[in-house]
Amino acid sequence: MEALLYLITTILKIVVIVLPILLCVAYLTYAERKIIGYMQVRIGPNRVGPRGWLQPIADTVKMMFKEIIIPTNANRLLFVIAPMLLIGPALAAWAVIPFNAGVVLADINAGLLYILAMTSLSVYGILIAGWASNSKYALLSTLRSAAQIISYELPMGFALVGVLMAAGSLNLGEIILAQEGGILHWYWLPLFPLFVIYFLSGVAETNRAPFDLAEGESEIVAGFHVEYSGMLFAIFFLAEYANMILISALAAIMFLGGWLSPFQGSFLEPVFAWVPGFFWLVAKMSIFLFLYLWFRATFPRYRYDQLMRLGWKVFIPITLVWIVVLGIAILAKLPPWFA
Amino acid sequence: MITFTFYLVALILIFAAISVITVKNPIHAALFLVLAFFSSAAIWLLLQAEFLAITLVLVYVGAVMVLFLFVLMMLDINVAPLREGFVRHFPIAVFVGGVIFVEMIFVLGAWHQAVPPETMTNVPNIELLGEVLYTQYVYPFEIAAVILLVAMIAAMALTMRPHTRAKYQKPEQQVNVRREDCVRLVKMQAETKD
Repeated sequence: MEALLYLITTILKIVVIVLPILLCVAYLTYAERKIIGYMQVRIGPNRVGPRGWLQPIADTVKMMFKEIIIPTNANRLLFVIAPMLLIGPALAAWAVIPFNAGVVLADINAGLLYILAMTSLSVYGILIAGWASNSKYALLSTLRSAAQIISYELPMGFALVGVLMAAGSLNLGEIILAQEGGILHWYWLPLFPLFVIYFLSGVAETNRAPFDLAEGESEIVAGFHVEYSGMLFAIFFLAEYANMILISALAAIMFLGGWLSPFQGSFLEPVFAWVPGFFWLVAKMSIFLFLYLWFRATFPRYRYDQLMRLGWKVFIPITLVWIVVLGIAILAKLPPWFA
Repeated sequence: MITFTFYLVALILIFAAISVITVKNPIHAALFLVLAFFSSAAIWLLLQAEFLAITLVLVYVGAVMVLFLFVLMMLDINVAPLREGFVRHFPIAVFVGGVIFVEMIFVLGAWHQAVPPETMTNVPNIELLGEVLYTQYVYPFEIAAVILLVAMIAAMALTMRPHTRAKYQKPEQQVNVRREDCVRLVKMQAETKD
């Protein structure tokens, strides 16, 4: 009986976390079209509902009623499973994300490792989708994407090693608490190179512009999901945006102090004491999400050899050097972060 | 509850492991191997070895198997020629299988079957592992790391050949190109048409 009750409350908590994420995904697509529209001096979607606010709903309904076409000679089972393998880890990783002090689904000690493991799984969805489609373009994109994700996982992992060294814990809640004490105490300052590399590797991991070689419309039409239609295609989209939100949340937690107020320790702290921690987390995530969209509107796509060179010859050496620098700083008990 | 989970996961593990060697398509076999890794990670989680479990998923599922699949997908595998000579190789296969079977019986028979010790401390096992690795076993640990590094560098040195005739891009020169290197402005008189 007790086990059953536990199961039901856990499932309820999962629903409470997942539903807002899916809603955020829907409105992130709207925000993307609007923001990029304004950056390119257009208006963006403005027909459905007031100011186009219902556009994502209309898109979802449209996708649901479209036919799902499975190519001949495609591997039917894997073809259908692939998008689910992509969205599964993207949502599962949210289990260890703390939304406020103590507000977390699973407060496990190996939180950071769990996140790394989950983000490394998302490559399977892409691999299987590309292979099961039985299409040249899809397979080419799959190979590109697999190589890219493996390459950028390394600098990402090293950046996380830096965070782990600085905080002395793998638990995300403890990592946040280790950054207590206002905007200058957050890890973006002592770990600045790792911070930049983490976010850029995150952009590469989520296959977003300017690293969206896996999609490359101009060369391989749309990459791994070229054969997908209807709701299966929509799930790919959902997973991509859910991953973007996840990377933003992680960057906010590990480098910008998660739900901590930026005014801690200054005279403004009592003025903003009424603001809930959850708001700060969302505000910090929004910064990164905006950067994602800004990148897409600004930069041209990387060439494949440039992408690999950036990952292996620039990012990895910088992270390795900075980990050594960080080790020295921790040994020297450099104030205010490691005192 | 834990017993139930264990049997469920163990059944999936056995099913996946058998499927790895029985399915015809190599890609399916690799995917079943991924499932097998996952299930064994789940069993390790039940034993409260969360670090090992997550590392198994991270390293084997997240990196090693991706490379496996990567290579398998690039090969154009025709299943029929693989099954040729099945009858001819069958006696050897039976012999090898028999030897492994007998070995496993000996090993498992000699195994001291102890109940896994209950973890008493509240210290997370990552910290305990780290303490043991970096104090008691620091030399074996470092030596293993150096051996892996040497193997990695050796593999690269063996496969990397100097480019002799092939043309390739030199990014450090590419980014240094200036307009003056590529464009030459020529002053000339306007010519008349005659």
